[in-house]
Amino acid sequence: MVTKNEIWQLLEQVSDPEIPVLTIVDLGIVREVELEDNHCTITITPTYSGCPAMQVIEKGIEELLEGIISVTVKSTLSPAWTTDWLSENGRNKLREYGIAPPEHEVDKSVLFAAPTVVPCPLCKSSNTKMVSQFGSTACKAHYQCNECMEPFDYFKCLK
Amino acid sequence: MNREQALFEYTLRIADDSLILGHRVSEWCGHGPILEEDIAMTNIALDLVGQATNFLEYAAKVDGKGKTADDLAFLRYDRDYRNALLVEQKNGHFGDTMARQFFFDVFRKLFFEGLTKSTDETLAAIAEKSLKETKYHLKHSSEWVIRLGDGTEESHQKIQESINNLWRFTEELFFSNDVDTMLLESGIAVDLNALYPLWKSQVAHVLAEATLEIPSGTFQQKGGRTGFHSEHLGYLLAEMQYMQRAYPGMEW
Repeated sequence: MVTKNEIWQLLEQVSDPEIPVLTIVDLGIVREVELEDNHCTITITPTYSGCPAMQVIEKGIEELLEGIISVTVKSTLSPAWTTDWLSENGRNKLREYGIAPPEHEVDKSVLFAAPTVVPCPLCKSSNTKMVSQFGSTACKAHYQCNECMEPFDYFKCLK
Repeated sequence: MNREQALFEYTLRIADDSLILGHRVSEWCGHGPILEEDIAMTNIALDLVGQATNFLEYAAKVDGKGKTADDLAFLRYDRDYRNALLVEQKNGHFGDTMARQFFFDVFRKLFFEGLTKSTDETLAAIAEKSLKETKYHLKHSSEWVIRLGDGTEESHQKIQESINNLWRFTEELFFSNDVDTMLLESGIAVDLNALYPLWKSQVAHVLAEATLEIPSGTFQQKGGRTGFHSEHLGYLLAEMQYMQRAYPGMEW
């Protein structure tokens, strides 16, 4: 019979459909794995309320564990997901993939605050600018590097 | 009215604000003034519709009549919707949309901050999730109100008109009746009377920054929270519900 640890390792094979370089474990959206009487309950949490990837992820988990153990996937909203749960491994993978990982940001209620310095994931320059607070998916903002001129995605801070 | 009926009504108000505004904002898809704003609007719409899904799922559960969140979203008639009149108003030009969003976002941030302390665990959990998104929306809409207000002569005049036109729909956001009274006693609801002065001062702060005037008109429109809507909602629902009405029960 599989152990809890083995299930956690298996879950590393399920990737986020919108950022395939990250696994759902890297993202911190798997909150709990419970094993009882050869049945496994996995609790996941969405990054954003309207995240369209949740159903695909749920299916991914069910398919992964099919034939290994019977599984129920539950979704929880509290505590709410934060980018603090992104693993160090996940942050490195994002950078290599060309997406800047979340930086510590000032309180969003400060209007026209100096934008957070987000180093370019490609040339590493800190001379970058925000193009738009909202990017290609709910979890990303759109930036551009003033040195290498490349546009890039920034995985924005959510706290 | 018992506690369950009050909770259903209360959850619908929150859900319908998100759903109807989410649909309105989504109408900008492909029509944004610049590409980045087109993307921003669709992101905001997605957050709102996501929030609506969470609140409607809970409403359906509280209701206990075997309906789903989709049934509530797509198969009710206009009189059954509980959204405030503000969110169903037409998009107009970009300034109209930003003014509407700004009034709503200031309200929503204060409201969700309160709702995270609700004794109803589900409402508190959805509020905690939604609050984080609302902060981004508020920053976006506030910055646009300031940029347009303190921009060119034309942008200043246009956004001032938007602010003036929409002002009469703002007080309804703080509408409360026996539903609130019942749920306030058990610590489920947020005390809207206490939020109103905070809303006013935060709105005044941004409008001052934007060199815009606070409208002097005192007439206030209401009805949405009890199902009496403006004619705009019917057209919106006709489009939003089209697929379910034409092909009942369809899924994809």
